[in-house]
Amino acid sequence: MPPMKVLVPVKRVIDYNVKVRVKADGSGVDLANVKMSMNPFDEIAVEEAIRLKEKGAVEEIVVVSIGVKQAQETLRTALAMGADRAILIEAASDVHTDIEPLAVAKLLKAVVDAEQPGLVLCGKQAIDNDMNATGQMLAALLGWSQATFISELSIDGDSATVTREVDGGLQTIKVKMPAIVTVDLRLNEPRYASLPNIMKAKKKPLEEKTAADYGVDVTPRLTVVKTAEPEGRKAGIKVGSVDELIAKLKDEAGVI
Amino acid sequence: MAVLLLGEVTDGQLSVDATAKALTAAKMLGEVTVLCAGAKAAEAAAEAAKLDGVKKVLVAEDASLGHRLAEPTAALIVSLAGDYSHIVAPATTDAKNVLPRVAALLDVMVISDVSGVVDADTFERPIYAGNAIQTVKSGDTVKVVSIRTSTFEPAGAGGSAPVETVSAAANPGLSEWVEDKVAASDRPELTSAKIVVSGGRGVGSEENFALIEKLADKLGAAVGASRAAVDSGFAPNDWQVGQTGKVVAPDLYVAVGISGAIQHLAGMKDSKVIVAINKDEEAPIFQVADYGLVGDLFTVVPELTDKL
Ligand SMILES: Cc1cc2nc3c(=O)[nH]c(=O)nc-3n(C[C@H](O)[C@H](O)[C@H](O)COP(=O)(O)OP(=O)(O)OC[C@H]3O[C@@H](n4cnc5c(N)ncnc54)[C@H](O)[C@@H]3O)c2cc1C
Ligand SMILES: Nc1ncnc2c1ncn2[C@@H]1O[C@H](COP(=O)(O)O)[C@@H](O)[C@H]1O
Repeated sequence: MPPMKVLVPVKRVIDYNVKVRVKADGSGVDLANVKMSMNPFDEIAVEEAIRLKEKGAVEEIVVVSIGVKQAQETLRTALAMGADRAILIEAASDVHTDIEPLAVAKLLKAVVDAEQPGLVLCGKQAIDNDMNATGQMLAALLGWSQATFISELSIDGDSATVTREVDGGLQTIKVKMPAIVTVDLRLNEPRYASLPNIMKAKKKPLEEKTAADYGVDVTPRLTVVKTAEPEGRKAGIKVGSVDELIAKLKDEAGVI
Repeated sequence: MAVLLLGEVTDGQLSVDATAKALTAAKMLGEVTVLCAGAKAAEAAAEAAKLDGVKKVLVAEDASLGHRLAEPTAALIVSLAGDYSHIVAPATTDAKNVLPRVAALLDVMVISDVSGVVDADTFERPIYAGNAIQTVKSGDTVKVVSIRTSTFEPAGAGGSAPVETVSAAANPGLSEWVEDKVAASDRPELTSAKIVVSGGRGVGSEENFALIEKLADKLGAAVGASRAAVDSGFAPNDWQVGQTGKVVAPDLYVAVGISGAIQHLAGMKDSKVIVAINKDEEAPIFQVADYGLVGDLFTVVPELTDKL
């Protein structure tokens, strides 16, 4: 099989190190002036695409991001890591607007129809909405096979063998190509972009589109009624010894 | 309203705990029909029929359904979907694999990891690793929902629902099962255990993890791990607790050599009592622990195991 094109959707999310704050009026999480980064799972997907290209199994890596204009920065990061070309689909103007997985999947389907990749590598979940849905939805819309939560991938002609991280342990399945693959954390360790590559990435092509260009309606199906702080948990006490701990667990907490 | 609940069936066996917890949530939405699918599922269906409040059980047996592959399982659910206002499943890796595919085929959104049912259209779910709880109202005709089992009590036994056979949908033939690597263990299952003992990077090696396992066995507990411990090869992937691992809420959670990163807390901070053992008194885990013991785990854990 000749080398193929890979599509990698990358989402701009709040950096995983940032302490998230719920807005006082309950309307959402405060995203103004906080550090934003590429979704960690998507970095792993980009890395995997680059490794496939380095092995000669992939010819071109196209990265796509859907959201606000600022998602350009996320795309530039992916280009600096080693992706070849980027597509930004502007679908919102307010940084607080999240595009739902169903709408994202519809837009990605349109991109797949246009670009004809042989493989789509998604993250398993976006760490903001924690939905874990987009890859599976895209596979459904395309009628393609899906391989989710993978920690190993090997492509062999018109099929791919993957190891999936599941509740019971590990599952290996073989899927027909073209496939949608969603990656888990232990697949690889993503590289950092070097300074020269960051400079080079500025010249790589980045196409700007809108949701309307693809004729996709991104109106949410779920209305956010409110966003609240979780119930807090107070720090308890420090015990001075193992004996004291055992006594507390027996007499005070009654859990052993 | 009619609810289709996907029973958690693995190799012909019903996971009663996960299914019964999702059933508690499903019953708040309407009359519940449980679907048990597998290469063999009759035994699982008989088990499901005994759960309290189940109206009917559907059993689908077909070789294509044997290994929880997403495509044939989703096709089956979609073929039955017309009769239901809600399609519900416990938020296991199997359901997270299948339900979004079902939702997209029905052109509706999926609502993942629901931790609270407000009404038939309105649900609470954690976002940002549990740093916020979002309430969403669905405008879709069919609600496809996965239930975070750690927040619901299991429905009881005592039911005797009728069991009906349904046929599998045509297998799209897109994927095939190769192998499962499942570690057999006599310990309780992580997500249903009353006590969980977890080890982190501080444990230092796979060999040292025996300390954690001994303490767990003394307590009759399940064993968990942080991502760092799993990544370092100290513990298998299915022990990982957290935002991207399992979510647990036991009566007692003992965190040993775990710093308490927000992604780890996401998977255990609803435990009733939390104990932290860590040599760093500044470790963030102490901010959520009911009982903190500052000390070297290599002396504290053996002493604790001995004295229990
Ligand atoms: C997208 C994403 C998802 C993630 N998902 C998860 C997840 O699901 N679950 C998860 O756990 N993490 C997850 N993480 C990782 C998380 O951010 C932390 O890196 C991880 O939880 C740290 O594990 P740890 O506490 O074992 O290690 P460390 O943070 O290195 O802590 C080790 C602790 O051990 C203590 N220690 C060392 N030696 C001893 C000793 N001899 N005696 C006593 N104490 C000792 C130290 O004081 C320290 O507090 C995720 C990260 C990302 C980016
Ligand atoms: N707005 C988006 N832009 C690009 N990719 C996205 C977007 N939303 C989701 N994805 C992809 O889908 C994966 C899963 O996201 P989710 O289903 O939202 O948890 C992410 O890791 C990305 O690969």
